Amino acid sequence: MTETSHSEGSTPQTPGNGTGVGERGEPLGPVLKKPGAGGSWRRPFARNGGAGSREIHHLGLVAALVLLALVGVFTEPDNFATSGNVVGILALAATIGVITVGQTFVIIGGGIDLSVGSVMALASVWATTVATQSYGPAVMALCAILVGTGAGVVTGILISYGRLVPFIATLAMLVAARGLAQRMSDRKTQLVRPENDAIEALSTTKVLGLPLVVYIFAAVAVVGWLLLNRTTFGRRTFAVGGNPEAARLAGIDVRRHTLLLYALSGFCCGIAAIIIMARTTTGSSTHGDLYELDAIAAVIIGGTLLTGGRGTVVGSILGVLVFTLITNLFILNGLQTSDQLVAKGVIIVIAVLLQRRGLRSPT
Amino acid sequence: MRDQSPRPTRRGVLFGGAAVAAGTLAAACTSNSEKDPAPAAQAGSLAGDNDKPGKQVTIGFSAPAADHGWIAAIAKNAEAQAKKYKDVTFKPVEPTNDINQQISAVETLIRAKVNVLVILPNDGEQLNQVARKAMDAGIPVVNLDRVFPDKLSYRTWIGGDNYGMGVSAGNYIGKKLKDKGVSNPVIVEIQGIATLPLTQERTKGFEDALKTYGFSVTAKQDAKFTVESGNQVASNLLQAHKKIDALWNQDDDQGVGVLAAIKQSGRKEFFMVGGAGSANAMREIKSGGGVLEATVTYPPTMAASAIKLARLIAQGKGMADLVELQAPQSLTLASETVTKDNVDTYMPLGFES
Repeated sequence: MTETSHSEGSTPQTPGNGTGVGERGEPLGPVLKKPGAGGSWRRPFARNGGAGSREIHHLGLVAALVLLALVGVFTEPDNFATSGNVVGILALAATIGVITVGQTFVIIGGGIDLSVGSVMALASVWATTVATQSYGPAVMALCAILVGTGAGVVTGILISYGRLVPFIATLAMLVAARGLAQRMSDRKTQLVRPENDAIEALSTTKVLGLPLVVYIFAAVAVVGWLLLNRTTFGRRTFAVGGNPEAARLAGIDVRRHTLLLYALSGFCCGIAAIIIMARTTTGSSTHGDLYELDAIAAVIIGGTLLTGGRGTVVGSILGVLVFTLITNLFILNGLQTSDQLVAKGVIIVIAVLLQRRGLRSPT
Repeated sequence: MRDQSPRPTRRGVLFGGAAVAAGTLAAACTSNSEKDPAPAAQAGSLAGDNDKPGKQVTIGFSAPAADHGWIAAIAKNAEAQAKKYKDVTFKPVEPTNDINQQISAVETLIRAKVNVLVILPNDGEQLNQVARKAMDAGIPVVNLDRVFPDKLSYRTWIGGDNYGMGVSAGNYIGKKLKDKGVSNPVIVEIQGIATLPLTQERTKGFEDALKTYGFSVTAKQDAKFTVESGNQVASNLLQAHKKIDALWNQDDDQGVGVLAAIKQSGRKEFFMVGGAGSANAMREIKSGGGVLEATVTYPPTMAASAIKLARLIAQGKGMADLVELQAPQSLTLASETVTKDNVDTYMPLGFES
């Protein structure tokens, strides 16, 4: 089916088309119309202005970043616009950023993954057990990735073949993975041992002024972008999220694709676990607390529709950077976290309001 | 429908193989057994012949779920201490972070007619009622650390000194900077969960102690008692202050993340004081060379002491070193400062975070 899916994948449920190779196809006919879903009515408008509104949305986020940066420059002229601070922000964004890339795929594919934070915690704990650590840093990293992917496969199977609602299945994984992590670690913080300091080196070694974790983040983002916009897999993701029934009729194995999306999200959690181990030198069941909300928030303000079928990796990355920048600005200015939370809430609402406007008015 | 029953493809086989491999690795890597360090329960007795077997007593025990090194040490120390006595039957209930569940757990213990209760409540205010119920039913309650507002709800309170902890940290930092002759020092504080009264007390004590040296806190930021939050807050704070003279981190559990952030930034110009007294922090202090010079204790061994007190109360004995015939009504433990000089003495009391 791979050979033919080029046209199959491009269903009308891919608004914002016109730029990406994978989104340029013509609708295949009335049979593909999504029955009764709100989104489909706007589609004709969205197609006209889709690409434009997406870029406008990105521009909006970039503007927000610039605005925040200006606030930083004015309030903390000595500390904000330093290379050290910029590197710091990128390194801080790496963990949640990698998770957000995976989350973007899941949400575009019409699902949601609430388990990301606990799966990352589980992967970090599993990779730092005494037994795993005895095999050295490479196995630790591999273990983190396998545990993350494995957890993703389990939720994926539950959702695609077990027919569980994504919200429920990943909620179950959220609770269970956290519990397993606590059990495995006996609720202790597991230090990465000195002989495995290659893990920590990911955070301390700098190439061209940037720690390696930032390169991992960048690599995941670039690969994620390519996967979404330049491959059949990406096209199918849009199709499955936009209208699963149409995608199925078009010959896409929707269930298998859904499974792969959750596996991908789990894979990203595994990579994030490596980054968090590098940054904190520990594996702990407390890692990744409420990451699911941060990741979803970043995806949403990045312009991805929570109902699926539309979204971008770039937007999500910008969303992550906005949130990380806010935290940085607040701490630089000595403000407490309670105020940050309020600011984050306000930003989410504004972003979604803007998003809706962008959808309605074809510019 | 091509998607209904596909033949096993090569990709499928590969994927299956990977899954099997993952399973094997999974089975191999969960083991986490290293020689488990003995719980830090103290050998030091209350002297006299109080430790000799007396009347058989049953001690009921309820505490929050151990999602933090310190709380985990509380449960462990209590159990280890109870096991040392032949005349004590230890009856712990399932630890929980849910107020409702803890209330019903304590009710279970009341119904089981234990001789004495040791309770570390999730929240003193909210557990007050059920503790009072136990007292009314004639079961003395030893209130551990988080205090019940109503004095009729407990026979004895034993706990740490949050204000004193801040004072100890403030004194160490204040004295050291004064001796160095630093004027207008940059002093940074990383708090625990900001909404907790204990955090506010620690901060107050810290500020009050610094004031006596004419210093004040330059910046403070709250973390969440987790390694990750400590790491995040510390990385940002280090960016915010190019030069720091001293840093107090209120909690050694989150301190692991704080230390990692400091190490990654390559900063060495300041010294750091920890809080609570974890084994990790003490090892760091002992090995020296890092920024962490001292930690101020908030000892989880108080749980072992609480069990001792509970036993004495149930057996109607007093504390041997005091003249009184019965155990005291309240005991506030001092927050001690652990430095390189005395770290060996305190090491056995350090808890694994």
